Order: sequence, then structure tokens, then C-alpha cells
Amino acid sequence: MSLMTNYSASPLIRIENLCKSYSLQDANGKTITNQILFNLNLTIYQGEFVAIMGHSGSGKSTLMNILGCLDTPTSGSYWLGEKNVAALSNDELAHIRNQSIGFVFQGFNLLKRMTALDNVATPLLYAGVSRSNSRRQALELLRRTGLENFAMHQPNQLSGGQQQRVAISRALVNRPPLILADEPTGNLDTQTSREIMLLFAQLNCEQGITIVLVTHENDIAAYAKRLIRLKDGHIIVDENNTAGVVSDEIA
Amino acid sequence: MNLFAIITEALRALHQNRLRTGLTMLGMIIGVAAVVLMLSIGQGARTKINETIAAMGSNLFIVVPGATSSGGFSFGSGTVKTLTINDAYAIAELPSISAASPVTTGNVQLNYAAKNWSTLILGTTPDYFEVGNWKMESGTTFTESDLRSAARVVVLGSVTAKNLFGDEDPVGKTIRITNRPFLVTGVLMAKGQSLTGRDQDDNVFIPITTSERQITGNQFPGSIRYMLVQGKSAEDMDIAEIEITQLLRQRHRIAKSKENDFTVRNLTAIADVATGAAKVMSIVLGAIASVSLLVGGIGIMNIMLVSVTERTREIGIRMAIGANQRAILTQFLLEAMMICIMGGLIGLLLGIGGAWLVSQVTDMLIVITLGMVGLAFLFASAVGIFFGFYPAKKAASLKPVDALRYE
Ligand SMILES: Nc1ncnc2c1ncn2[C@@H]1O[C@H](COP(=O)(O)OP(=O)(O)O)[C@@H](O)[C@H]1O
Ligand SMILES: [Mg+2]
Repeated sequence: MSLMTNYSASPLIRIENLCKSYSLQDANGKTITNQILFNLNLTIYQGEFVAIMGHSGSGKSTLMNILGCLDTPTSGSYWLGEKNVAALSNDELAHIRNQSIGFVFQGFNLLKRMTALDNVATPLLYAGVSRSNSRRQALELLRRTGLENFAMHQPNQLSGGQQQRVAISRALVNRPPLILADEPTGNLDTQTSREIMLLFAQLNCEQGITIVLVTHENDIAAYAKRLIRLKDGHIIVDENNTAGVVSDEIA
Repeated sequence: MNLFAIITEALRALHQNRLRTGLTMLGMIIGVAAVVLMLSIGQGARTKINETIAAMGSNLFIVVPGATSSGGFSFGSGTVKTLTINDAYAIAELPSISAASPVTTGNVQLNYAAKNWSTLILGTTPDYFEVGNWKMESGTTFTESDLRSAARVVVLGSVTAKNLFGDEDPVGKTIRITNRPFLVTGVLMAKGQSLTGRDQDDNVFIPITTSERQITGNQFPGSIRYMLVQGKSAEDMDIAEIEITQLLRQRHRIAKSKENDFTVRNLTAIADVATGAAKVMSIVLGAIASVSLLVGGIGIMNIMLVSVTERTREIGIRMAIGANQRAILTQFLLEAMMICIMGGLIGLLLGIGGAWLVSQVTDMLIVITLGMVGLAFLFASAVGIFFGFYPAKKAASLKPVDALRYE
């Protein structure tokens, strides 16, 4: 853990004793509590590229949803930058999701029957940017992710890789300091996965965007600079990623 | 997110689900069209009745011979001959009464040039036109001196004038009534139907003296069909009715134990009943129409609830990229309201069109007021907000992670 003190940047994410459990009703109507995350402590600094690994059901998505302000922890604290997330109102959480976090999903989660351009522009609309300005900025992002010619296509007219690029553009459009990606390459073939991972690596290197990414594939995790392993809701490994390939490829 | 952007989003969503939007809108269209149609028919009926009542003259009694029949209002059987011209003259002298006009009636054949026309003839006094609130289209009524001299002069109802003269001006012309020449002194302005549905414009009026002696003849000299009596003030109508009754009982020498041989009807009271009935009718019509609007509203709520469930994932995505609860609420509420407002507008046009059609096909009077249009529209928006709010609220209060996980 002492490795992290090497970073001169300030902490972006800080969780302390974070627990998450779900209450379920069993067949007899009795409430049973199912704890998923156990006393997690984790600090992620600005500019880091972190991969979270672990078996299916180990609580990776649950953690990501809490980090993305889509879900709330049962106990423990979560600081995002200067903000104590637990103390925020619904509106403030919406504002954080809009401005500070870009979420990328395994299943892309683009809005159906809406062009790629409008999909990318929507977070700007929620930020109060005018329609024409938001479209202009969205187009600029699509240009950078190489999708300029697909701006007017709807999600079902795009390949998986293209859809994920649109989703990444959407995550980036409000220039958030943090990108959270839950198995972003899970639905993509190897070649496309590589392209997407290069895009993440590039964003991390060139723009200093902090990236936290969930995967269960080693060669995907290899793009990250830091590796965290979850097992049954506990962090069992947190280390620098020595097997990194990123620097070679970017250089 | 500004309102314009939300409206655009809502419109997009409605456009994406055209069929569902259209079907939901149908409920609204039918509801609003029904409200407009029903209100306009109800209002038309009320307007017509009010016009008839205004045309009737104010503070009126009609006194007919014969005892009160259980059948209610009638002009008497025509065989009872207990009322006389002199009864009318005596009543006119009562302190609470401003005028009383005796009337005899009969059917006659009229001739002018080659045309002939059979119609109702009324023998009366010049007061009749004043009391009955008749206006002249042209010429004048006959006069007191015509009455005294039993002159052969006639005032024509507008329908009769039209049938005999066409576009020619009847005033100063001579027509023949049962083959006797009569000078036309004037033509009355049209009044339309009476409360009982009788055409009041197809008739002719002559002095009652002339009628008795020369036209209808009379085996009971001085007897009349009915008399029209006007009270001096609306407040004293009860007193006037008592005075009329007492005077007539006295003149007819009716013993205390005996029934009246005449009937006094207060036309204002009858008018009130008719107005009340029309009011009830328009309320009932309005209520029926409102039910269809309500059903339309529930339809909208159904669809919006289905839509919220179906689009749970979309809501989750929107929240994940920064939509707050208000933005989601506004979007769904606007979708519901737009369905209502668009449906309301189409319904409004259909309702107005339907009302026009009804007025063309039947002889019903249809009245559409701006207030009615506003009411239907307001009602439609209210239904939209009311029935749209619950689904919208439901959508907005979802937790992002739950909405996203929804399959
Ligand atoms: N809403 C929920 N209610 C109950 N249990 C849940 C819920 N969401 C996730 N879980 C449980 O939490 C555990 C961890 O899930 P998740 O974080 O999705 O795992 P991972 O992403 O690592 O595969 C699973 O056992 C899952 O069944
Ligand atoms: Mg998962």
C-alpha cells in the first residue's frame, strides 16, 4: 500500500470502511441480509489508471456503481475530491454524475432511436448547454474518436466497437476528471477491445484523466498502471501493474 | 436542461412511439370533442329558451276559461265560454295590473291576388302587441279607434306575410279574409317558436270587435279564448294573481265552496321551469362528456405507466449521464401533457365541426363560446397533469442503479 505515496497528485477517490449489503426476503418472508462489500479502504489519485479484477459475483460492479454515484453504500464513507458523497442531495449527485464522472458500461447503454450525435450531446443538455452548442461539441468529440462519419447513425446501425466509442465520447463530453468503465470490452472482440483500451490509455496519458476499469481479462488489465483484486467483497491485492504493456504501445 | 430541450426530448419520444401516442390521444380527442359538442348543444338550448322568454314579454299571466286541469298548462278546451271581453277590461283596471288583452281565435282562409293561405286569426286589442312584446317589421298595429269602430284592418305575422306577399310590401294592400276585404296596417317581426313549440309567426291579428261581428261569429257574445295580462312589477306577481282570481270569482258569482271556472297561469313561473330544465340538461350533458374525458385521462395514465416501465432502462441511462429528478419528471409530465394538449386541440376542432354538423342536420341551435373552448382546453391540460404526474413521479424517484439494472 505504501506504493501509492509516490503520487504527488491529490486523492480523487477515498473510501473508508465501505460496506454494502442487500436485504432480501426469503421464501418465508423473513428478511435476510446479504453483504457484498466488506470494509473496503481505497484511495485513488488523480491521473491513475486502475484495473479492478475479480471473479464474477465478487462485488466489482457493486463497487463501481457506488463510485459512480449510481448507488449508495450501506456504511462507510466515500470522498470524491473534496466532497463527502454520503452528504449530497439527489440533485447534487446528479450534478456529479453529469460533471465529474463519465460512466462506460459493458452493454454500451446508448439511448435507442437517437443518433450517435444526440447521444453524445445529451449530457451537455443536462448541463444546461444549448442544443446547437452541445451538438457542436459532441461532433468535435466524435471526430476525435474517429466516428465523424457515423454521427447521424443510430446505435443499431453501429458495430459494438463503434457503439462503445460513442459511449466513451458521451462519457467524455463534459470533460470529467474521472472515467469509470465496468467491463467496457466485455462485449467486444479482441481487436476491437485493443482499440478501446488504447483509447483509454491515450486519454489517461495525454489528458491525465483518471480511469478505473473493471475487467476479468488479464490482457485488458495489462493496460492499467495499478491492479486491484476483489474476492468475495474484500480487496485481496492492490499493487503496481508490473506487467504493463501500455508504455510500449503508446511510445 | 432548459425547457426547450426537454420539450424536444418529449416530442422525440412521442414521435418514436407514434402508434401508442395516437391511440392514447384518441381517448383525449373523443373526450374533448364530446365535451365541446355537449356544452354547445346545452348552451344552444339555453340560449334558445332565453330568447323565447325574452320575446314573450315580462310579468305575464295567461287567463283561460275552465278549471285547472290536472294535465297542466293548456289553452283551455275551447268549449268553455266563461271568460268575456268585459272580464279583461275589468282586470285591466286592477291596481297591480298594467294591461289585459282579450283574445279570440279561429281559422280562416286568406286571399291576396292569386294566392291563398289558411291560418290562425286572433281577435284582440291594440294592447296585445305591447303586452306580448311584439315588434313591428313595417307599418303599425291597429288602433283603439279601429277597435271601437270594428274596422276591417289586419296585422300580419311574418310567415303569413311572406306566404301571401313574397317580397312585396304588404302595408297598405288589401287582402281578403273569408272573402271580406281587410286593409293591412303592419307586419310583425318574427319571434320563432313558443315554449310549447308552436310557430308564433303564422297568424293574423284583427280588432276583437271586428272578429266577433264579422269573422268568427259568436254564439256566446263577448266570450273569449284567453286573455293576456301584464302585471305592473315582477315583485307583485303573487298579489296580482290573487287580485285577478278574486275579481273573476266575484264577476262570475262563484260560491265560496265552488271551484274557479277559469285558470290563471303565471308565464314567468313557466319560463323559470323551462330555464331550469335547460340548465339541468346542459349540466347532465356536460357530466356525461366529462366522464369520457376522465376515461381518456385514465387511458393516458395507463399508457404513461406502461411507458415508464418500458423505458426504465432509458431513465437509468439518463440519470447516469446527469439527469436530475426534476428533468425526468418534467420530461414525462410534458409527454403526458403534450398528448393531452394535442388531443385537446384535435378534439376541439372535431367538437366544433360536430356541432356545426348537428346545427346543419337538425334545427337545433348550437352555441360555442370562447369560455367553452377555454374550459375544454383547460380540462384537457388538467387531465394531462393529473394523470401524468403519478407515472412521471414514479419514473423520477427511481434509483439510478435499479433503473439501469432493469431488463
Ligand atoms: N440489487 C441487488 N440485490 C441483491 N443482490 C444483489 C444486487 N445487486 C447485486 N447483488 C449481488 O451482489 C453480488 C455482487 O454482484 P456484482 O457486484 O454485480 O458482481 P461482479 O460485478 O463482480 O460480477 C452478487 O452475488 C449479486 O447477486
Ligand atoms: Mg459486474
